[in-house]
Amino acid sequence: MEEGGARAPGCDRGPVQTRRGTYISAMTRDPVLQFTDRGIYCPAGDFHIDPWLPVDRALITHGHADHARDGMGRYLATHEALPVMRHRLGDVALEGIGYGQTRRIGGANVSFHPAGHVPGSAQIRVEVAGEVFVASGDYKVVDDGLSTPFEPVRCHHFITESTFGLPVFRWRPQADVAAEINDWWRGCAAAGKTAFLGAYSLGKAQRLLSMLDPGIGPILTHAAVENTNEVLRGQGIALPDTTLVTPELVPKEHTRALVLSPPSALGSQWARRFGPQESAFASGWMALRGVRRRRAGDRGFVISDHADWRGLLWAITETGAENIYVTHGYTDIFTRYLNDEGWNAEVVPTQFEGESLDTGDVA
Amino acid sequence: MKRFAKLFAAIDQSTKTTVKVAALADYFSDAPEADKLWTVALFSGRRPKRAVTTTRLREWASEAADVPLWLFEESYAIVGDLAETISLVLPPNPTQDDRPLSHWIGALRQLRDMEEAERKAFVLDCWRVLGGTERFLFNKLITGGFRVGVSQKLMTRALAQATGKPEAELAHRLMGNWHPDEVNWHALIEAEDASADASRPYPFYLAYALEAEPETLGDPTDWRAEWKWDGIRGQLILRDGDYFVWSRGEELMTDRFPELARAIDHLPPGTVLDGELLVWIPGSDAPSSFNALQARIGRKTVPKKLLKDAPVVLHAYDLLEWQGQDIRDRPFAERRALLEVACADLPPEAAVRLSPQHAFDDWSALADLRLTARAAQAEGLMLKRADSPYLAGRKKGDWWKWKLDPLTIDAVMIYAQSGSGRRANLFTDFTFAVWNGNDLVPFTKAYSGLTDAEFRKITAWVRKNTEERYGPVRKVKPHHVFEIAFEGIQASPRHKSGVALRFPRMARWRHDKPLQEANTLDDLKEMLRIYG
Ligand SMILES: [Zn+2]
Repeated sequence: MEEGGARAPGCDRGPVQTRRGTYISAMTRDPVLQFTDRGIYCPAGDFHIDPWLPVDRALITHGHADHARDGMGRYLATHEALPVMRHRLGDVALEGIGYGQTRRIGGANVSFHPAGHVPGSAQIRVEVAGEVFVASGDYKVVDDGLSTPFEPVRCHHFITESTFGLPVFRWRPQADVAAEINDWWRGCAAAGKTAFLGAYSLGKAQRLLSMLDPGIGPILTHAAVENTNEVLRGQGIALPDTTLVTPELVPKEHTRALVLSPPSALGSQWARRFGPQESAFASGWMALRGVRRRRAGDRGFVISDHADWRGLLWAITETGAENIYVTHGYTDIFTRYLNDEGWNAEVVPTQFEGESLDTGDVA
Repeated sequence: MKRFAKLFAAIDQSTKTTVKVAALADYFSDAPEADKLWTVALFSGRRPKRAVTTTRLREWASEAADVPLWLFEESYAIVGDLAETISLVLPPNPTQDDRPLSHWIGALRQLRDMEEAERKAFVLDCWRVLGGTERFLFNKLITGGFRVGVSQKLMTRALAQATGKPEAELAHRLMGNWHPDEVNWHALIEAEDASADASRPYPFYLAYALEAEPETLGDPTDWRAEWKWDGIRGQLILRDGDYFVWSRGEELMTDRFPELARAIDHLPPGTVLDGELLVWIPGSDAPSSFNALQARIGRKTVPKKLLKDAPVVLHAYDLLEWQGQDIRDRPFAERRALLEVACADLPPEAAVRLSPQHAFDDWSALADLRLTARAAQAEGLMLKRADSPYLAGRKKGDWWKWKLDPLTIDAVMIYAQSGSGRRANLFTDFTFAVWNGNDLVPFTKAYSGLTDAEFRKITAWVRKNTEERYGPVRKVKPHHVFEIAFEGIQASPRHKSGVALRFPRMARWRHDKPLQEANTLDDLKEMLRIYG
């Protein structure tokens, strides 16, 4: 990337043509948001959004590790995102804001709007002199029953992910996947096997919990999952009862159990003491047979906290934005498609990772 | 298609062989015979004649899914499987189809006689009525190539469970030139006389690599040693005045090796030889490199000039059938003695030659011989126990390949490309370079050799250290040094570096090696001088 970061096109050219007519970019010739090597930067408000290098003031879309990083002077996020961030980042300067509430920071008006990705996740709207950017972080457009559902925000410039930005990704209704998972669990229980379900601990794991049928058997959890459960229960999110797997726990006393754990624990020493078992992995990547065969263990369930192809296009259309910046995922392909379809789209390289199968616990 | 889809899902979802065999045995016990026959055929690489080109399928799918063709192609590149890409981009259909597999095979047969427009309408309609796995399988029937994670061995085991016949007999029955259009279940699996097919080969016996020292094999007098050739393993069948050549992958290659027809004049019918197909120029003391052979196997029919420039000779090292008798149960030493009799007076034009055995008194003498393998264009030695029968498949104990250690060079990673299919979200294809002064000159690509954990690590690194993008290829910061292992090196004017490697792979990630200490183009040229 160039020194000082790429500039959003159109922003330093004075009058900007949008789909809904012309408006004048105010006195400043700086773009409202810039893409720098530290993260997304707003010169008018002197803050960064989801920066990956230390800055003074960070606005955070959500608590996943690739968006909420250590080392910032102060953090601003939704009230609902704070408990997880406090749990993750420890004693740092955190401030909360309500969804839809507007805050003046320097010359910028800032507000947070539901992104539907995980509890507390937000799209950040930044307005300077009538020009509106929305940085959406990670998002999905279907209601998972746990996160505040996604709301499209009208803007001129929309910053989007494209983790699943290919037409082969198409999510089925959550209830169908829930039935599939519960059928599998029931089958394991009937065969005298423990069902191990792997998912990332913030968001996905709790969403799966809410989809499970506790009538089938007890639900056990790995500490990494249970810690986040505790945090979310503490902020009033209802989750089914779970039992933490401790070294003292006697697997025989928990027949018909399903164990919810991070993917890395599947098939590990930790899991093996449960005896006969099946393992499954829940991720959007399980839509691809090749990935499923490499990573899924016995079963792969297709469920993601990111938008699928049609979800991405719907969200982008709903914003009414003319300029689209694609930050992570299948950026090249998705951007080309958007340009062909008449948007003004470009790839902006970032260090966001989306739903990763292969690195640490980000999602 | 419901029952077949259920079988496929059970096999495809599980990594446990017991689960796969049980699902197959179940299916073979109660599916209709026509379906069973086709299932065996499909899982052993046979398929209905192709009725639609993949070009048309791509066009139709992209149109039906309302996705531009370029985007369909990009998606296909990432998914890595055309049948799967098509079934994923089309709108979902949750209903199941009750018609048997053989119905759909029949439908594909009709397709061949249709006009293009009718054919398209038909395929689009199939896509509409089939959903999920069924649609995927329908596409697989059209495009061919079922790779389902079921080896011939597992399928044979399941068939044995379902039919009560011995595995070895079933394995032999399933080999050869049969096609489900021309045979029925009874004739293939159940009938008493299974020897009707003159082309039917024997299952190949495959060796394991010797990892331990040869001393662990015990008394050297129990063992026989031969070169391990770098050619193509082949079975030459001479029966009823005809000849057939089979590859290890059970591909009939007879037409590619017309010179072997001359063996009919010099060896009696009822002879089956196991050996190595090599290009060997008359008068030279070693075979040509594998590249020469590659030119031959790339052609379905061989032009005269190529036949003259790259003549193929079968180097026979085992005799499986003699005077019409299956002699695989006899000890190797005995089979070898018969083989020597059979090959004793073969003239050069027979295109069959006895692969020599190397006498040795002790293991250290053999170790010295092994070091000269490269000069003989061999990959190392084969060790075979003198009293071993000829078994089917890969079995430990009696046959070992004792290969030379690979050549290695330390190189810098400069480009990365993501994989497809199994590795769709990882960077797995890399280009490596050596120093030429201050420049890095690319000289090879490599895809394999790292663990999944290492691929994940390098993928994360590539994402953060991309300098430029050219479509799917990323130029990365020169930083990581890898030890590249390879089996051979050759001059190649087509490559910028002037060399081409055989079987390059990443042997080690040299975290300990600074960038500047990677090897140079001169080092590579020196290797070419010595080993090329
Ligand atoms: Zn996230």
